[in-house]
Amino acid sequence: MGYKVARPELNIFEKSYVPEILKGVGVSSRHFFRNIFGKKDIVTVEYPEVKPDYASRYRGHHRLMAREDGTARCVACMLCSTACPAHCITIEAGDYGDTDVEKYPVKFEIDLLVCVYCGMCEEACPCDAIRMDSGIHTPSQMYRKDGRVGKVDLMALGDLSIAKQGGELS
Amino acid sequence: MDPILAAVLFAIIKISIILLGYVMLFATVLTWLERKYSALIQDRIGPNRAEVAGLRLGGLFHMIADPIKVLFKEDFMPRTENPIMYKMAPWLSVVPPMVIFAVIPFGPGDMFVISNAPLGMLFIFAIAGLGVYGSVFGAWASNSKFALLGGLRATAQMISYEVAMGLNLVGVFMIYESMSLQGIIVEQGETLWGFLPAWGLFLQPVSFILFMASAIAENKRAPFDLTEAESELVAGYFTEYSSMKFALFSLGEFIEIIAIACIASCMFLGGWQIPFVDATGGIILTSLQILAFLFKVFVLVWLQMTIRWTLPRFRYDQLMKLGWLYILPLSLANILATGVWLYFAA
Ligand code: SF4
Ligand code: SF4
Repeated sequence: MGYKVARPELNIFEKSYVPEILKGVGVSSRHFFRNIFGKKDIVTVEYPEVKPDYASRYRGHHRLMAREDGTARCVACMLCSTACPAHCITIEAGDYGDTDVEKYPVKFEIDLLVCVYCGMCEEACPCDAIRMDSGIHTPSQMYRKDGRVGKVDLMALGDLSIAKQGGELS
Repeated sequence: MDPILAAVLFAIIKISIILLGYVMLFATVLTWLERKYSALIQDRIGPNRAEVAGLRLGGLFHMIADPIKVLFKEDFMPRTENPIMYKMAPWLSVVPPMVIFAVIPFGPGDMFVISNAPLGMLFIFAIAGLGVYGSVFGAWASNSKFALLGGLRATAQMISYEVAMGLNLVGVFMIYESMSLQGIIVEQGETLWGFLPAWGLFLQPVSFILFMASAIAENKRAPFDLTEAESELVAGYFTEYSSMKFALFSLGEFIEIIAIACIASCMFLGGWQIPFVDATGGIILTSLQILAFLFKVFVLVWLQMTIRWTLPRFRYDQLMKLGWLYILPLSLANILATGVWLYFAA
């Protein structure tokens, strides 16, 4: 069952539009003159010169974290590429030939043009290896192939992480 | 020199000065002004990036940058059965509003008007009626449903409001007993009851409001911009136009804003008359009068722009209702009332 919506009854002045239009013109002009002469109410942020404050959880460009010896923390467990809803992470695993040591990624590639910046990879990673806290916006590229960012570039953005598995810091 | 040749040359010089120096310059400034003004109304900054030698001047250079940018855009043409019609349409919406300026007096005497035609207003109505062809041809030749719907709306809207627009001015013609713009302006130089200039605005206030409403509707600008209603029709009748052709449509719109402001200030605000100065002649007075006309035109352009950025769009049935059920009968009643008043006043 639909129900009847009570519509406001307009009086003759409002129906003639003219006073209401003048009122509206007054509102517009007030904004105009305030923004020119008075206190500026402008909400625009002039982006490249002025940067807005990002939330600390802002998800930007990915980065790969490094161990103390400079190698990638990533152990090529494929959890991130499995979790990724966009299937944009390509990892090629390699091993050191030592069964006591974890694997490492030979190739680690994220197609940023496919990525939806959901943060699932970051969430899935057990080693604090992939992070999205670089604060860098989605970059733009001239060619599609440039959208595929490899391990070297991701490591270049990365940093030393000394997180221990299980979350404690050493 | 042959006097006919001299007259033709003189007319050509006048046409180029008025069209290039007045109308086109004004329209170009309007392209920037409209963007900036709307931004400030909406608490935004508006265009401010174009700079020449480090100078920004509040984005003033955008009025040069925009046309240059638009010239270099891809000129896409949809697959259509009527390429000639398609290419003609933008011109058909630019040229008629330009032709209107042929009879607009920018100052006193024969000097500042291209043609001081005795039936100037009839000429304006005839030319204004042609304006719809631009949108209809464009809509039809675009071979797109959105464009076609926009064109259909444009046709119905123009037909409804053109009648009202013409009838609204009849009252003015009756009072000033003239259909030449110069004649009407000269009549408005008098003073009413010692304190009011005998402007159409004071003698025919209802006409003024209705004329402005129907003229804005005629120009298809908000709140009557159903023909290009972005929320429903992408961009309406010029959906398929790009590059310079698209720019011509908006240029036509800006020129029409100026044309409307010119007509309305001639009809209702006394044209180049300065209030309480019922005289002509002399260089200083003449230039002051030209400036007065420019000022009045500017005020009316401001009014149109503010209304455009203030009001939301009408629904189509509301538009038709407003046109046929309110504006048209009111203007007829206005003519009747004027007639009765003139009969008893005489
Ligand atoms: S942010 Fe989401 S889409 Fe992008 S790589 Fe990570 S999991 Fe995949
Ligand atoms: S980044 Fe993390 S989740 Fe992805 S493969 Fe490497 S260790 Fe596994």
